[in-house]
Amino acid sequence: MKLYSDIYGVTDEVRRQRIPELLAMTGLAPFTERLAGRLSGGMKQKLGLACTLTRMPSLLLLDEPSVGVDPLSRRELWAIIKKVVAQEHMTVLVSTGYMEDAEACDKVCVIDHGRVLAEGTPTELLRYAEHTCYRTAVPEGIQPRVLQAALMDDRENVLDAVPEGIEVRFNLRRGRTPDALTARQFFPQLAPYPVPARLEDSFMYLLHQAAGSEDGGQEYAPLPSLPASCEGRNRIGTAGAAPVAEHGDIDIEVHDLVRRFGNFTAVNETSFAVHHGEVFGLLGPNGAGKTTTFRMLCGLLPATSGQLLVAGKNLRTAPSDARRHIGYVAQKFSLYSMLSVRENLEFFGGAYGLSRRELADRIPEILEEFALTDRQDALAGSLPLGYKQRLSMAAALLHRPRILFLDEATSGIDPIARRGFWRRITSLAAAGTTVVITTHFMEEANYCDRIMIQDQGRMIAIGTPAEVMRQGHAQQMNEAFINIVEAGRAADDYDPFAVKKKEGSGDAEP
Amino acid sequence: MLSRKRMGALMGKEFTQIGRDSSTFLIGIILPLLLIILIGSGLSLDVKQLPIAIVLEDDSPLARDAVSFVNESDYFEPHYVPSMAAAEQLMDRRTIEAIVRVPADFATQVGRGHAEVQAILYGANATTAASARSYLSAGLASWQADYSARHAGAATGTRGGVTVVTRQWFNDANTSTYLFIPGLIVIVLTLVGVFLTALVMAREWERGTLESLFVTPAQSLEIIIAKIIPYSCIAGIGFTLCVLTAIYGYDVPLLGSIPVLALALGIYIIVAVCMGLTISAVVRSQFLACQMALFIGLLPTVMLSGFIFDLHSVPAVVNIIGHVMPATYYMELIKTLFLAGDNPYLAVRNTCVLAGYAVVFLLLSLRLTRKKLD
Amino acid sequence: MKANNKFLMRLRLIMVIIRKELLATMKDPKSRFVLIMPVIIQGIVFGYAATYNLDSVPYALVDESHSHYATEFIAHLDGSGIFERVATMQGTADIASPIDTGQAMIVIHIGQDFAERISRGETASVQVITDGRNPVTADTAAGYVSSIAATCSQELTGQKGLVTLVSRIWYNPNELTRWMFMPQLIGVLALTQVMMLAGLSVARERENGTFDQLLVTPLQPQEILIGKAVPPILVGVFQCTLMFLLALFWFRVPFAGSVGLLYLVIVVFLISCVGIGLTISAISATMQQVMVYNFTCMLPMILLSGLATPVANMPVWMQYFTYVNPLRFALEALRRVYLEGASFGLIAGNFVPLLIITCITMPVAAWMFRHKLA
Repeated sequence: MKLYSDIYGVTDEVRRQRIPELLAMTGLAPFTERLAGRLSGGMKQKLGLACTLTRMPSLLLLDEPSVGVDPLSRRELWAIIKKVVAQEHMTVLVSTGYMEDAEACDKVCVIDHGRVLAEGTPTELLRYAEHTCYRTAVPEGIQPRVLQAALMDDRENVLDAVPEGIEVRFNLRRGRTPDALTARQFFPQLAPYPVPARLEDSFMYLLHQAAGSEDGGQEYAPLPSLPASCEGRNRIGTAGAAPVAEHGDIDIEVHDLVRRFGNFTAVNETSFAVHHGEVFGLLGPNGAGKTTTFRMLCGLLPATSGQLLVAGKNLRTAPSDARRHIGYVAQKFSLYSMLSVRENLEFFGGAYGLSRRELADRIPEILEEFALTDRQDALAGSLPLGYKQRLSMAAALLHRPRILFLDEATSGIDPIARRGFWRRITSLAAAGTTVVITTHFMEEANYCDRIMIQDQGRMIAIGTPAEVMRQGHAQQMNEAFINIVEAGRAADDYDPFAVKKKEGSGDAEP
Repeated sequence: MLSRKRMGALMGKEFTQIGRDSSTFLIGIILPLLLIILIGSGLSLDVKQLPIAIVLEDDSPLARDAVSFVNESDYFEPHYVPSMAAAEQLMDRRTIEAIVRVPADFATQVGRGHAEVQAILYGANATTAASARSYLSAGLASWQADYSARHAGAATGTRGGVTVVTRQWFNDANTSTYLFIPGLIVIVLTLVGVFLTALVMAREWERGTLESLFVTPAQSLEIIIAKIIPYSCIAGIGFTLCVLTAIYGYDVPLLGSIPVLALALGIYIIVAVCMGLTISAVVRSQFLACQMALFIGLLPTVMLSGFIFDLHSVPAVVNIIGHVMPATYYMELIKTLFLAGDNPYLAVRNTCVLAGYAVVFLLLSLRLTRKKLD
Repeated sequence: MKANNKFLMRLRLIMVIIRKELLATMKDPKSRFVLIMPVIIQGIVFGYAATYNLDSVPYALVDESHSHYATEFIAHLDGSGIFERVATMQGTADIASPIDTGQAMIVIHIGQDFAERISRGETASVQVITDGRNPVTADTAAGYVSSIAATCSQELTGQKGLVTLVSRIWYNPNELTRWMFMPQLIGVLALTQVMMLAGLSVARERENGTFDQLLVTPLQPQEILIGKAVPPILVGVFQCTLMFLLALFWFRVPFAGSVGLLYLVIVVFLISCVGIGLTISAISATMQQVMVYNFTCMLPMILLSGLATPVANMPVWMQYFTYVNPLRFALEALRRVYLEGASFGLIAGNFVPLLIITCITMPVAAWMFRHKLA
């Protein structure tokens, strides 16, 4: 911080007064002597902001300030921004993919493919989506995500749909009515009711419109149709679709899992079980121990103590063949960027023991499924982010694993691509794959059968999204999350020094 | 134009960062010490205790006497073996480096006025072979002189012969430690300057941390200078360690003046650091920076600058390549300063050449850094 | 049958990794360039540079004798084709200046009493002043003067000396140091790149996050290890072949041994290098660490391998130290196979340290793959 103030030529007196002020405001004061690289994602962002603010510029540019930052930290970040705007009459320009961020702004400008789609205050923008928004309760016995998928697949009528707790919220295309929904054929009991529009609805509307006017929406949202098996299941039974077998086979079992790094406890006495065919979400603020838990499950990190069974085995000690049952998508794109899409798939298929014949059959199939066929010879490293993410999924699913692990699979991709991603998860789960996913998009928790919230290494909530929202006394997952985390911290005297675990291994760059 | 305050801040940052980076410590401090200790005592062309086999086919006292010099010599460790076959076997097993064979008719031939002693040398170690031969012939020559004196008149012609008396001008003790240590100092400087700088900067390019500095009001010249100074300091520390070890640990004389040494050092460090900056700005990847630093920085400094191999003995083209490299000029200068003392002509010439390189690389790195950002 | 199938499947898994590694390395034209061109360029340039033989010796003359005998001696010098007079000085006042300025390699001083002594039948001496900053060249040059003096003496006295040393140099009749260096360069050049490749292979994957992706597949650590080890070895064998061809056809160093044995040495040596590289890779978290560690290992390995100065010249304690240096044993074996045509039995001992190094490093690396803390 001292460095930046010097570069900006801030005088000593101003500095002496400004720095403690900023540190206090950002809540960084206790960490003054810590290396920047050791701070968690949210703290890094706050430090970055504080560094820039030492000079109190008249114009502040923030590029994606809340990527990888949990809701709690994001809220703190915005509190700081609002405070300086009020105090210093500063102009702040923020680029973001988060609707919460956009809602906090005075004026919003929606940009896609280098074109401005719309401009105005958040409230003004709402008009694009007015009268198209509905919510409907999810019929007994099926998962919200299945209904959401069914709605999304009804492209003629439905523009967008997202699960929200035990309901599904959807946007109709202009001029359509809820009565025409094809989903009603399978779910006669649906009773949609209109709700006020949100910024996100307008945003999705604008994006779809822009994409549609260009290329019929295909390029932008290549949503696959439901695989036959799933389709059938939906049709016949959604009805019959026994939702997740609550008492079915247990795929993952964790007992009193503990992981310490030195004298810091990253994961503390965590126990949970994941059933076969379940979609299980791990949520938590940055540095809560999600990734650590995740890496232990995959056998990448030994547990300090506790029991850990994945598909009946501890992957750390089990023979390597046990790993054949799992698929893993890392947080960061981690396939070989120097190899082409096809070569990557050939390699991972081979590594999972698929024979050349099986590969010859499976690769075209999966390329098709993930809409990668036209890019199969491109170098993986040169692909746009959305493609990379699909390729990672394809590589992890090539060998039809029984359990799929996804670490922050949706960070950094746009909302439409995210819908496509979840659409696939729905199909996979319907086909009987167990999915374990970490995410910091709280809305995405709604897609899961059950979620677990971690903070400072401890499990502070577990249950279906509806249960967790009840526990958090909130209608929105975001709210619920913040309430639960804060309640958890208040309960045991929040000690900031306990958050010593660093996420990733960034180096010190003050 | 340059703000002292900004520079101070930037440099403070560099120093803090360097202090926390173990690789800087390793390359800047540990490696130079390791090298000077290992090489100071290990890298030597001085043959000592060379194992040789002596085959006395003529076992007469005269023959024994003729080769007896090997027994007292520090250079040799003689093994007397009964036959050539046995000696050749030892040679094959690489137990010995040479065979000295005194033929059966040696005494008779000496009586007749001319005898031969055969030496078989292991040519795969050509340098050792050459030393062994010269020690052997010197030994024999002195025996011969003794013998002639004792049997005066045995071989006196009408005219006298010619002999060579060699006097080494510098490095009187004729140890190659003296030769290698000043050279080693250049290697260390190149290592820290080119290799470390290129590596660390390439990482900054890769991670994009440089860009965040460039959006601040700091000028690129300031940033470059703020990079140069800390690495120069590291190189300076490495250099001082080496010089001290050389002088106090290995008793290498420092005959030249310290100011000249320091001036040349300063200039060479700038050359090396700027070379590192240039490389990193061109390739911007750690792997390639490392390869480039090795390929154009370090290996040529070891092989072509006159560190081990004298540039006098190489073909002209290689000599020219050697003289393209700044290290060559510094090598020549520092060897002279250590072993020969001040030499104004050489000092001025080489310092000027180095200064030229410094300016060229400074401008180049500045330009490339700036351009890459656009 | 079933075990056989299982084995084949494992083998297939290994092939899958090898294929991927090769693809990943070879696809990038920059890496292809880095793997081929430096070897060729360094091979040629260092091949010329790495010599202690002198093609020409520039000398300065101080003739105070001005006699017929002196002229005769000088004629011998100038007629040798090696000595090249660059200066003729009148007195001894400024005798060292041609050496100081680097104009001449040696100064030859013929004293006033030169002719007188010869006429009296005594031995006259010629003083040779050499440059101690380059003792090897100095000794070589002085040696040349000595042999000219010997020829001269023989003519003057009309008889041979009492005892002559007749030397035969095995495996390298003309005592060309290049013959000694070229076979060694085969090993040295491959070492630097193979260690770097092996070293970076795991660290790069760790840095890019792909290593975790690899660890969650059913591949076993030893399979990953073999998959990672084979490609650098292949690259190394290719580079060695390039160097071998250069030595054989460009520098025309005659090959005396068996090609099969040479390649056996190369492969066993490369495996031990890869073992060290992979261990370094497995303990490092970042590519930069790998490069720094690699470097810290490589420099002492090269300098203390017997490449530039013979191992036998080192102090005894350090000779023991070189037992952990695979390069030392590889270079000796390469030289012996290449120049001597040594049989397997003769160099079998050299394989032992290489194999021990491999047997220690490989399991350590495989274990570290999974157990290194993130």
